Amino acid sequence: MATASGDNSGVRGPARGDALGRWVGHHPIAALAVAVAIIVVLWLVLAPWPAGFEDIFGRKRLFINAIFNGITLGGLYFLVATGFTLIFGLMRNVNLAHGSLYLFGGYMGYEAGEWTGSWLFGFVIAFISCAIVGMAMQFFIFRRMEGQDLRQTLVTLGLSIIFSDLMVWVWGGNAIQIDTPDYLMGPTPTPIVVAVKSSGDAVFLQYPRVRLVIFVAAVLIGIGMWLALHRTRIGVMIRAGVDDRDMLSVLGYRVQLLFILVFAFGAGLAGIAGIVGGTFQSISLGEDSHFLLASLQVVIVGGMGSIPGAALGAIIIGCAEQLGQTYFQNYATVVTFVIMVIVLALRPQGLLGRR
Amino acid sequence: MALVQITDSPSLGEVQRTSTLSRWASQHAAILLLGLVLLILPVMASDFILVQVVGWAMILGIIALSLMFLAGYGGMVSLAQMTVAGVSGYMITVFGASSLPAISLFWPWWVAAPIAIAIAVAFGALTGVLSSRTEGIYTIMITLAIAAAFFYLTLQNWPIFNGFAGFTTIPAPIAFGVNWKHPVPLYYLILFFAALSYMAVLYVSRAPFGLALQGVRDNPRRMEAIGYNVTAHRVAAYAFAALFAAIGGILMVWLNNQISPGSTGVEACIDLLIIAVVGGLGHPIGAFVGAIIYVILRTFALDSLVAIGLDGRRFQTLIGLCFLVIVLFSPDGVIGLWRRWVARAGGGRSGP
Repeated sequence: MATASGDNSGVRGPARGDALGRWVGHHPIAALAVAVAIIVVLWLVLAPWPAGFEDIFGRKRLFINAIFNGITLGGLYFLVATGFTLIFGLMRNVNLAHGSLYLFGGYMGYEAGEWTGSWLFGFVIAFISCAIVGMAMQFFIFRRMEGQDLRQTLVTLGLSIIFSDLMVWVWGGNAIQIDTPDYLMGPTPTPIVVAVKSSGDAVFLQYPRVRLVIFVAAVLIGIGMWLALHRTRIGVMIRAGVDDRDMLSVLGYRVQLLFILVFAFGAGLAGIAGIVGGTFQSISLGEDSHFLLASLQVVIVGGMGSIPGAALGAIIIGCAEQLGQTYFQNYATVVTFVIMVIVLALRPQGLLGRR
Repeated sequence: MALVQITDSPSLGEVQRTSTLSRWASQHAAILLLGLVLLILPVMASDFILVQVVGWAMILGIIALSLMFLAGYGGMVSLAQMTVAGVSGYMITVFGASSLPAISLFWPWWVAAPIAIAIAVAFGALTGVLSSRTEGIYTIMITLAIAAAFFYLTLQNWPIFNGFAGFTTIPAPIAFGVNWKHPVPLYYLILFFAALSYMAVLYVSRAPFGLALQGVRDNPRRMEAIGYNVTAHRVAAYAFAALFAAIGGILMVWLNNQISPGSTGVEACIDLLIIAVVGGLGHPIGAFVGAIIYVILRTFALDSLVAIGLDGRRFQTLIGLCFLVIVLFSPDGVIGLWRRWVARAGGGRSGP
């Protein structure tokens, strides 16, 4: 597929335990650069900044907040993008209605929360309703045009227009904020020093609990998906389908059922992400294209069809976006764009993508 | 690739046909008649129809033509063509005149317009370089990401793009003693560039470059093997297409008298794809057919939806549904419907 002469001969399936070791062996310089970058970032986060440092880079609190916001936003992007990448990897369907599913999930979760007063119940409703929409899309439309990438993509485009217009009809154009439940309200102290008072006392970072909890949940979902993909029978089928869909169906597996399941799951994840997004920020008209863009960037940077790639891409894009907004307000999107361009130039298949 | 299935390339047989003037005229009766009607339209139509309907449709047609060229002849569905138009539109306001003296440089139009077009073409070529790193369906993803990134840049950036406010009151130039802002001169200006772009695309599609591009679309590997530089052809196609999008972008700014992030937003890019696909990617005229359908729907849908008892604000749903119907039932667009209809009518006559 890709045309560039990348040098990724060492990476075959990033999931294998020895892949990292082999990659380091093949690319000692790149590995060193990554290691140094990680150490620098860790030092910047953990150590109190020396005097003079803050004069150049601004307050440490700003930086730490940007990093934390970036990583937690990355968790949200992961939830959205992982469904996108799963659907793309298995069905070669670029689901441009994915942003609409995100928005729909957010609205449904909001309604459920308003009805029952339970934030968690909203997740169930959002997952189920988006999964139903996803299943319907796969069952009624995409099943009939299998293998026609462009036509499927155009259909998702048409659907996204209709969905977003219908959602404006039902919920209007105003932004909706989903209330954080009481037990997740307020800040959580963290052991990270953001400043040192003149008395010598360290000031520790206080960070919103809900964002930390949601990030942990995103990580757990990621690990759960990894386990499901590598330890269960359905996971084996999905991975086989990503590699060679025709062979899988020739072998007698019920590929159509698998497609519907994966579409439902991917759409459901987008729905869950909608509630998370509505709690973090707000859900409103136009957020669908924002999150579609985020998924595209995450998937292009991380690697198309790869779940670890989606995780890596989500963290990178989330941090780049937040750091960009903190330090270059007028050019924040340029930062993520430049990252995308660099990745496309060096590894067209994405950081963890396979050819 | 599946990309090819949807396109219906103009047959090569048409290229070799040499004919006398009269035969040519009878074969192209429809397009000649259309040209005549467009030429004398200012006598009949109101200024609103002239500029806001036909003129606007022709501008969208020019920009959609650049998408049609890439998708139809190159097999590369780029969603960033509206962005290219937006780049040139923004650049003409930055280098030319607007109501913001803090940003605009107020250079004369014959300096500002070429610069704007050059920057937009460079941007289009860069898009091409990036998206030809991968191929097939990835093109849509990458170009959509580029388009969306540009949209958010214009939204956030105040020093150059003036944020969400954008630019207003951008005067069209007064050149050769004519004020091009008046409806009739503006209409003829747009008509001139629409006809020029249409003929240029028709010509290039039959020139060696266009044929090689169609070869690249159908089988890049084989073209590579017989010595064509596939990437260079693709990037050149992006640059060539960007030229039309850039011209369309400048005309768009002069017609609308303003440009803001919404003009180049994701929705505008998607609308452009809808125009090209609904019209049909098989022939350059499809871009203009799609554009006039879109503009008529956009202009009159509100009233007609209300007239049949529906909510006029649901016009976006109507557009989406029209698009879905075309994609599901006639992948080669209205042009395809027309061709099939002509073929059936012709077959009926020659039958028993």
